[in-house]
Amino acid sequence: MYKSLAEAIRDAESRGKSLASVALEAESRDQGRPQEEIRAALRRALVVMRSAVARGLVGDMRSASGLVGGDAAKLREGPAGPLSGTPFRDILSRALAVQEINAAMGVIVAAPTAGGAGVLPAVLTGLADARGISDDAVVDALATAGLIGAVIAERASLSGAEGGCQAETGAAAAMAAGAATEMLGGTPSQAGHATALAMQGTLGLVCDPLGGLVELPCVFRNSTGAAIALAGIEMALAGIVFAIPVDEVIDVMGEIGRNMDIRYRETAGGGLAATPTGRRLARDRLVQLKKSDT
Amino acid sequence: MVSLLDIIGPVMVGPSSSHTAGACRLGLLARGLVGGTPQRALLELHGSFARTGEGHGTDKALVGGLLGFRPDDERLRTALDIAEREGLDYSFEKTTIADDAHPNTVRITLEHNGEHAVMTGSSLGAGRVLVTEIDGYPVEVTGNYHTIVMVAEDRKGSIARISSILSERDVNIATLKLTRKHRGGDAFIVIECDDPPLDVALAEIESLDWVRLARRLDKVGA
Repeated sequence: MYKSLAEAIRDAESRGKSLASVALEAESRDQGRPQEEIRAALRRALVVMRSAVARGLVGDMRSASGLVGGDAAKLREGPAGPLSGTPFRDILSRALAVQEINAAMGVIVAAPTAGGAGVLPAVLTGLADARGISDDAVVDALATAGLIGAVIAERASLSGAEGGCQAETGAAAAMAAGAATEMLGGTPSQAGHATALAMQGTLGLVCDPLGGLVELPCVFRNSTGAAIALAGIEMALAGIVFAIPVDEVIDVMGEIGRNMDIRYRETAGGGLAATPTGRRLARDRLVQLKKSDT
Repeated sequence: MVSLLDIIGPVMVGPSSSHTAGACRLGLLARGLVGGTPQRALLELHGSFARTGEGHGTDKALVGGLLGFRPDDERLRTALDIAEREGLDYSFEKTTIADDAHPNTVRITLEHNGEHAVMTGSSLGAGRVLVTEIDGYPVEVTGNYHTIVMVAEDRKGSIARISSILSERDVNIATLKLTRKHRGGDAFIVIECDDPPLDVALAEIESLDWVRLARRLDKVGA
């Protein structure tokens, strides 16, 4: 697989191909598997993603601690806001839906991780449904997203414990932005700029879950992550160019992660987890959890 | 080398690849040591597994693995109830396994039809696991291969005999590691295979009079 997004973009553009197609070629070569087999696995992932979105939007599942659940349905059916009826609001609700399902021990695709699993399905299926884009094209977009994620894994990190939330929902937003830009007709270069534009917006984001549980703020970080991805897509498709090359943005995300205080890396020692209310909620809910288990 | 399908996957029951999917895989590996769903299980949780395990469903995932459920099986959510129905008597304890043990570590002690097995393993992140000790012997089993774990008398020609049994059954060996506590003492052998070893091959190995124990740990990797 590619270790540089710039190299993948050059490769694709010089041969008149998409990032999805060079990603599938590289994966097929690396793993010694035909491309059709890889596409079939991605298609299965898409089926799971769609069913997690649908299941989450019903809104009847709660996490073990009861801290999260039901907000995706609220966004779907609740009072109107300025963006009601737009793909934007729909995508926010889809991101919440998948992450609520994850917190309730439902089945999701960890893409790139379980904690950031809401962004990619929300952005890709939301935009595809709004624009009548085929599942084949969404499968291609998943290949592009996988390529971007692989480069991030190689150069930086995809783990909140290593690099904070910028490495989980931040990486997911970058992957979704690049993949959707290409899915909507953008060039490989534009996909690169969308990736960089989304990632610059999440640099420094800490991982601070209450009680160390993948619940709060993780569920909402997925919806705001999706929003940042949409901003990246919109700007890149308008022809906006981000001056810092995407590989350098990814490298600096890794550097920030390595220098991030341990309190901000999934330990519940800092950030929202360490606020007075964060501590109280975590304590109360964990006590409740023990009671419900016995 | 990073694979695209590692990034877009795995499909799993939430909420955490390390605390849920990895825990389930450790349960599955331990199950292999007694050849099926155990009657009794003691699960000693260390570090982050002990501190945040319940909220992440680590307890359900471990027990679900012991029941033979895979990381994407929705029955993990109700695994504790299912265990009661299926006669798996489990208990949890919080412990410190070692000061330098990985934060997500569990020691699993199993009993099944009079047989005992003890396994220590860690969940390394992204669903990857590493078994570090079986019945007091240090090992490194990742679950990425079909693995055979054996205790045998340390004698000449034992490896040749075992590999010929496996090759006769069309099983290709990927890695083989032998450790022993002292010369002439019991040898502990870990064989990672590309193909699932058939029960007949395992039975044949176990029937050798110098083999004390042979166990199969089915592949649980992606």
